[in-house]
Amino acid sequence: MTAYLLRRLGMLVATLLVSSFVVFAGLSLAPGSPLATLSGGRSLPPESIAVLVERYHLDEPFLSRYASWIGNAVQGDLGVSISLRQDVSDLIAARAGTTAGLILYAALIMVLTGVGLGLLAALRPGIVDSLVVMSTAVVIAVPPFAAAILLIGVFAVNLEWLPAFGNGSGLWDGIRHLTLPAVALATAATAAIARVTRTTVRKEMDHEHVQTAVSRGIPYMTVVRRHALRNAAVPIATLAGMTTASMIALAAVVERAFGLNGLGAYLVNAALSKDFAVVQGISLVLVTAFVLVNTLVDVVAATLDPRIKLGRQT
Amino acid sequence: MSSVVTSQRLPARPRTHRWRPGLGPLGTTAAVTILAAVALAVLGPALTSADPNTSDFAKAYGAPEAGHPLGYDGQGRDLLARLLTGAGTSLLGPLWVVALSMTAGTVVAVTAAWVGGRLDSVVSAALNVVFAFPGVLLAMLVAAVFGAGLGAAVLALAVAYVPYIARLLRSAALAERRKPYIRALEVQGAGAWAICLRHLVPNILPLIAAQATLFFGYAMVDLAIISFFGLGVQPPDADWGVMVASGQSGVLQGFPAESLMAGGCIVVLVVAFNVLGERLCGPARPGVRSSPRRWRFRFGAAS
Amino acid sequence: MNALLTVTGLTVRLPLDGEPRKVLSDVSLGIGHGEAVGLVGESGSGKSMTARSIARLLPQGAQVEGEIGYAGTDVRALRGQGLRDFRSKVSMVFQDPRAHINPVRTIGDFLTEALRVNRRVSRRVADGQAVRALEEVGVADSRRRLRQFPHELSGGLLQRVMIASALLTEPRLLLADEPTTALDVTTQAEVMAILDELRRERGLALLFITHDLELAAAVCDRTMVMYAGRIMESRASALLHERPLHPYTAALTAARPSVLRRVHRLTTVPGRPVSAFEAPGGCPFAGRCAHVEDRCRERRPDLRPLAGGEVACVRAEELHQEPAVTRD
Repeated sequence: MTAYLLRRLGMLVATLLVSSFVVFAGLSLAPGSPLATLSGGRSLPPESIAVLVERYHLDEPFLSRYASWIGNAVQGDLGVSISLRQDVSDLIAARAGTTAGLILYAALIMVLTGVGLGLLAALRPGIVDSLVVMSTAVVIAVPPFAAAILLIGVFAVNLEWLPAFGNGSGLWDGIRHLTLPAVALATAATAAIARVTRTTVRKEMDHEHVQTAVSRGIPYMTVVRRHALRNAAVPIATLAGMTTASMIALAAVVERAFGLNGLGAYLVNAALSKDFAVVQGISLVLVTAFVLVNTLVDVVAATLDPRIKLGRQT
Repeated sequence: MSSVVTSQRLPARPRTHRWRPGLGPLGTTAAVTILAAVALAVLGPALTSADPNTSDFAKAYGAPEAGHPLGYDGQGRDLLARLLTGAGTSLLGPLWVVALSMTAGTVVAVTAAWVGGRLDSVVSAALNVVFAFPGVLLAMLVAAVFGAGLGAAVLALAVAYVPYIARLLRSAALAERRKPYIRALEVQGAGAWAICLRHLVPNILPLIAAQATLFFGYAMVDLAIISFFGLGVQPPDADWGVMVASGQSGVLQGFPAESLMAGGCIVVLVVAFNVLGERLCGPARPGVRSSPRRWRFRFGAAS
Repeated sequence: MNALLTVTGLTVRLPLDGEPRKVLSDVSLGIGHGEAVGLVGESGSGKSMTARSIARLLPQGAQVEGEIGYAGTDVRALRGQGLRDFRSKVSMVFQDPRAHINPVRTIGDFLTEALRVNRRVSRRVADGQAVRALEEVGVADSRRRLRQFPHELSGGLLQRVMIASALLTEPRLLLADEPTTALDVTTQAEVMAILDELRRERGLALLFITHDLELAAAVCDRTMVMYAGRIMESRASALLHERPLHPYTAALTAARPSVLRRVHRLTTVPGRPVSAFEAPGGCPFAGRCAHVEDRCRERRPDLRPLAGGEVACVRAEELHQEPAVTRD
């Protein structure tokens, strides 16, 4: 297990280095000088240019610029926003909570609803199963922005149950404001989890060891929980984790659709206004979170399946 | 004469990834849907006399009327004309993404599988590491650097998809490379290029086609997302993703037609591509159609 | 005989290719308290299905006729808690322990599951019992084994674990479905010896399913031979083994290699075994029998008493008189 964790840690560091390098190298790939990219085409007074050159070590070679950038980033210094003239780290810190809350909320909806529907379909062949299979086949193809528009139209405009715009204030109001966005973000993912739960639970229920448990007089639902669901937990947890990771990038869609003040929406705005320091900073944070969640998923999968620990699978 | 004899002794080239002749009713429906969408996109301009970009603010959110069967959007533009023109951009973008990423992915996969050894290990390790970049995020980064536009988005997505495609095809190419008929061709002195292009790639072509179909659907969603952000297709050009975004204010005012219809088109086509892709490569057993690996692939990755 | 288990006229049909096919035909048997009964036959003869019917483990869609009584209760009428109580009094040992033990749960969890879930025994107490049970089946270092996973144990060890778990709930009847078939020969003997010894110590009744007539004879008081979903012969093991009444039993005996006889080539029963739904009218074995006559094909012979047992063959008396029963 230790060897596995060490190997996984090595991969994590390598991936983070490559990802951060991609994020950083974008600046040099851009047509025109890095300075022009950083300023986003704005004309700046000479003092500001001097600050930028100093800040980004623009007079140094490429790799040493990367080294100082990543060094600062690790210490929490992600540079200064050109348009807002504020520290990128502060801007990120102010918005990270919304995005994290949104993703956690969506992940919760996804796991509870998805596993519930999948179990229902797996254990009730016939009409219930067909309904779940057919509806998930369609829902899985609904992109988050389409789900968002639909939810706004139905629940906010027609039924007026939930707000369609903004963050809200206070805990309860905040949750109310996050509900529709979280559902929109979780929609397709829930369908995917439901389908995987259905297939794997059904496959597990056919295994002989389930029959052993039944033959010992263990109650049906206990057999389902202790054997079918427990054994299906590895693929379900893996998919749930990776889906949660993908939400880190997709959150931008619902944040924009619902006017939420989160990281993703801010990233889109920064990309539109070419505020490159902000784009870099947020990209770095999001990619890091993405990689961390994916690594966590692998480690969790390894602890859930004793056979992986032996290193038979990597 | 002797060459004739040896070629007769060659083991027959086995068809590993068979084309499945029957798509089934669902698969056929999906294929027909896709073909219909392509036909509409090509014939689009001929089907309506209305111009997709002429706006008449007096008719904003106007109801359907003669010559304008779907009514108007928030800027008084003909919705049918915009949907039809949008079909073109919404299908061409993914086509480019798939063409680029499939070509690059196949080249990487076949090269790694063919050369093997050190190169293969390096490529595999590299693919593992690059795995980690979400396509949409890369597209935002690229848009920030090169400016918003369909071209940048297509390029970014294509690059982001390559590792997934290459990983998938590498294992297929590797399995194919170990087959006796390839060995026989090598012994016979056929060149690597000839073997790869004339035998190996054609034999994994059905798998490539199936993956291309699936990835077409993913690319469609991802491009629509990027256009929804305003980083892809630029208004006033019609595109389904752009239409969903521009129709959002209409939804809030109780005129959801534009967003709903554009979103509906995307969903229907993505379902069709998913179903067709699954039929082309999925397991033959009915009832076990969704493979965890595929959803993991979709949700853990491309977005 | 004070029967613990009685099966009368059991007929089972399973859906195969969309239509119900008969896999068991009019099977009747009884097992007394503490009695060991062997059920012998080739694959597809219905011996496992018989055990599954008794344990109520038939697949969905199975059509069952006949009666199964266990200590005075009608097993087929059991539902819910009653069925679960019955199952915990009848333990099953399966053929392939690797497939029948959950790979992601520990050995300790497997052993104590029934105790903890059904009897609400505390974890500590259940673990203690599991350790003792493992020692009884000859598993050394049992404390450590509880924390191990199935893939860390050999097949022989796993089957001992399975036997230990079957005995932990103190059942009165053990259904052993080819418990040694998946093991290698030396392990087979050890596992069989342990099973036999523990059964005798506890006075457990046993239904022992095997394709090995000699093994059944060694372990069981009484042996039944099944063919095509029917019982062909049922007698005390020693008698059955030495002087088989049914030509099928005789053929099985002759096919068994022996250390006492020296042969050039192993005898086999000609033809392939048939399932109940494939069996021809008349005697199901008629197509492969060396002593077949016209009347064998006319009417299906019933099981009737003969020479201290029961046999389903119209020519059993004649063949019983002939000194050489083995096929020529």
